[in-house]
Amino acid sequence: MFSIKNKEFLITVVIGALSWLVALLIFFPIFWMFLTSFKTEIDAFATPPTLFFTPTLENYTLINERSDYWHFAWNSVVTSLGSTFIGMVIAIPAAYSMAFFETKRTKTTLLWMLSTKMLPAVGVLVPIYLLFKDFGLLDTKTGLIIIFTLVNLPIMVWMSYTYFKEIPKEILEAGRMDGANVLQEIFKILLPMSKGGLAATVLLSLIFSWNEAFWSLNLTAFEAAPLSALVASYSSPEGLFWAKLSAVSTLACAPILIFGWLCQKQLVRGLSFGAVK
Amino acid sequence: MSIKRFAPALLVAAIAAAPLAQAETTVTIGTVNNGDMVRMQGLSKAFEESNPDIKLKWVVLEENVLRQRLTTDIATQGGQFDVMTIGMYEAPIWGEKGWLVPMDNLPADYNVDDIFPAIRDGLSHDNTLYALPFYGESSMTYYRKDLFEAKGLTMPAQPTWDEVKTFAKAIHDPKAGQYGICLRGKAGWGENMALFTTMGNTFGARWFDEQWKSEFTGEAWTNALTFYVDLLGNYGPPGASSNGFNENLALFNSGKCGMWIDATVAGAFVTDKSQSKVADNVGFTLAPQQVTTKGAGWLWSWGLAIPKSTDAAEAAKKFVLWATSTDYSDLVAKTSGIASIPPGTRKSTYENAEYIAAAPFATKTLESMKAADAKDSTLKPKPYIGVQFAAIPEFQSIASQVGKFVSGALAGSMTVEEALKNAEKVSNREMKRARYFK
Amino acid sequence: MTSTKTKLGMPFFLVSPSVLLLLMWMIVPLSMTIYFSTIRYNLLYPDDNGFIGLENFEFFIDDPGFLPGMLNTGLLVGFTLLITTVLGVLISVLVNRPFWGRGIVRIMLISPFFIMPTVNALVWKNLLLHPVSGVFAAVWNFFGAQPIDWLTEYPLTSIIMIVSWQWLPFAILILMTAMQSLDQEQQEAARLDGASPFAIFRYLTLPHLSRPIAVVVMIETIFLLSIFAEIFTTTGGGPGYDTTNLAYLIYTQALLQFDVGLASAGGLIAVLLANVAAFFLVRMVGKNMTDA
Repeated sequence: MFSIKNKEFLITVVIGALSWLVALLIFFPIFWMFLTSFKTEIDAFATPPTLFFTPTLENYTLINERSDYWHFAWNSVVTSLGSTFIGMVIAIPAAYSMAFFETKRTKTTLLWMLSTKMLPAVGVLVPIYLLFKDFGLLDTKTGLIIIFTLVNLPIMVWMSYTYFKEIPKEILEAGRMDGANVLQEIFKILLPMSKGGLAATVLLSLIFSWNEAFWSLNLTAFEAAPLSALVASYSSPEGLFWAKLSAVSTLACAPILIFGWLCQKQLVRGLSFGAVK
Repeated sequence: MSIKRFAPALLVAAIAAAPLAQAETTVTIGTVNNGDMVRMQGLSKAFEESNPDIKLKWVVLEENVLRQRLTTDIATQGGQFDVMTIGMYEAPIWGEKGWLVPMDNLPADYNVDDIFPAIRDGLSHDNTLYALPFYGESSMTYYRKDLFEAKGLTMPAQPTWDEVKTFAKAIHDPKAGQYGICLRGKAGWGENMALFTTMGNTFGARWFDEQWKSEFTGEAWTNALTFYVDLLGNYGPPGASSNGFNENLALFNSGKCGMWIDATVAGAFVTDKSQSKVADNVGFTLAPQQVTTKGAGWLWSWGLAIPKSTDAAEAAKKFVLWATSTDYSDLVAKTSGIASIPPGTRKSTYENAEYIAAAPFATKTLESMKAADAKDSTLKPKPYIGVQFAAIPEFQSIASQVGKFVSGALAGSMTVEEALKNAEKVSNREMKRARYFK
Repeated sequence: MTSTKTKLGMPFFLVSPSVLLLLMWMIVPLSMTIYFSTIRYNLLYPDDNGFIGLENFEFFIDDPGFLPGMLNTGLLVGFTLLITTVLGVLISVLVNRPFWGRGIVRIMLISPFFIMPTVNALVWKNLLLHPVSGVFAAVWNFFGAQPIDWLTEYPLTSIIMIVSWQWLPFAILILMTAMQSLDQEQQEAARLDGASPFAIFRYLTLPHLSRPIAVVVMIETIFLLSIFAEIFTTTGGGPGYDTTNLAYLIYTQALLQFDVGLASAGGLIAVLLANVAAFFLVRMVGKNMTDA
């Protein structure tokens, strides 16, 4: 009895230590980026890399002087929230019809939809650019919201679909018997029952939109440029740039990283893709 | 009815809006994140103060990204930029396409004749100037005087590549973190191909023959690539094939390179004590020659141009004139020191004794610039204009791919022969597709 | 009869805008791309347009980089999937038991997923893999070894490493979620029956994880097939063709010289290959992806 308890304890310690080691290794690049952002450029380029140094805020001050961080951050917030909201408004009814009025072609359509996401963005940049120009969408937040919505839509529909499939049809039918219309069905029955999964979908869409770099760089100039475009202006300029790059990267990633940490529980609970019965 | 009722209101609104619209003209400037341009961004507050009706918006990007971004916009007439920072490669091509506002009727006090003729020609098409030069550069050899002295070496006025190799061998000491030579190895037509083309020029090579056919499998290119791979592979820093201008500048400034052959603009950076550990020990000389001195140093200029698709042409021109004027140079001299003024565009800069005294690299820069000739840079005649590039639209794609083969040969992932064979294939197929020949 | 019709008609009427939008999203760009791929359409030569049949496709496939590009795309996707799922399963099993600081460990494990791909690539290239001043070089020096120039000597391996670091947290996230729904009583019972930890893992845990693994494979494949930013920022497809994938090939072949026709042809070929891959993938990892 005593030895088993002891063994249990030992296993927990070993597993804990191992987990910590793995986690620290995986987290190291982020930690290192954060650390480098407080170094002087000379320290940042030193060989071997220095662990102990006098921290400085000069990189952050410099970035603040050169670019208006809040302008870019605001664009990031608006475009990710906007595209996620519109995406969900489109995805939920679509997934609803796919899950509850399934036809033979539904699954094929879903797969095909997902496969369009594999079309490399570089291949369609020019046509999209021309379209955007004609509709006056270049360098507008509306334009970015549209493109982010379209890019993330297949995944959002598919995720919502898997969650809706979990809900027994009988419940909806019962609701219909009680005289619920479609809107009531969606808002009163569907959404509450799959809110964990839908929350995870929202989170994923926010993350993908925030981190999108190709379209946001190519379709914006200044007015609508989000943080990923700001990072691009600090990547490999002349001279030493490691520290400034780390600082701007930290600034660009911090909001979504902290947000992700706060929502970690929702993500871990919600990303079940309908596997939990 | 309703129109009548609304008409006065509309009129009022229009009147109210008119001065507002006039009060704020937004000029969006796309530029490279090179040191001189970043300084321009900082100093532009002075421009905004003297022109309160103009508001400047900056898009600062890395060269490759910026180029792709600007080309997409101008080729589709997107109109997102009012001022574009472009080089000698784009200006004549885009000018010919009618995409740029011609830079004529310049005010007398701008003194356009002060600009070096080679730079003016490079930014013109059919004698019409399409971009005003912000700075100009050639390439030259930087070397560490202290290391040369310690080994008892002397640098000639224009060394041959063979001599450069001998020097590199003597200085190379990788255990001490001291590498014989740093050269561009990062793939890209503005990166390794700029250097490698000048090297090829001196070995007697050219990009295209008179029929626009490639000569990559010929003797001249073979010799050049073999030499380049041998030199940089054996006496260069680790990771040479991913080093571009910026990486090499960082290496040179931290004292790891014995020699470095690159843009003349680097002169101001390597002698700047705040960023260079070796500021006092840098020597300057012309870029190396081999079988010929023709095309040994490149010729490049970053200029500011105004796309036809702009909606603020007047304000944009005002800014471009300001940023490339002698007044701007004076402003830089006042705020950052005279050695930091944008080099290589105006004769008057090099007639200024104060500048020559403050900038030890100035005389060699001038000499290199004068030696570079975009029209005559190869041993055999060539059908294209440009020292380290060919000013045709296809060049960008061809040279990017060839750049990859060159870096592949350097990294050892393909042999010199394979690299050149691929280069020739790529070049000929692209030119054939563009209908230069059947 | 009529009553069922109205019942069915009403929801269809409500959802039709979204379905229509979805269809438009799928069909409009695709048909535009198909059209462009059959004409000569270069922005630098705006006047010279015309139907040229399959010339764009021929030209794209004839590129010396086409085969390496296909191979690299496959290797990149395959190895990243392998690394992220295997490590993902192991790590999510590891952190499933309670231990001191599990919350923080979890947060650290999933953090890389929130980092922008461009930032990820820049940090790895400049701060970690740099052969002179990078952290890896320092570690190698510490053990008296010659530092490796990762992006030159092992370019594709480096890219796989960078991409795996980005996507491993995603796998962990999903698999961790799935582990929570594992039947604890069943496991306990198996243990009391004397089943070895390995047997429990093999016969209870793994089968339970098969569906989430399929999900991970599916989503990651979608993103990995068209990876561009990571390659653009680190190796630029080189040296040689060592890290050129199809997306990057389209970039150098077509976008650099504004050949819209060629870019469209390349894009279509990429989608076609992706669909072939998806077909086999669906076969391989099972139908449980769409069957809920």
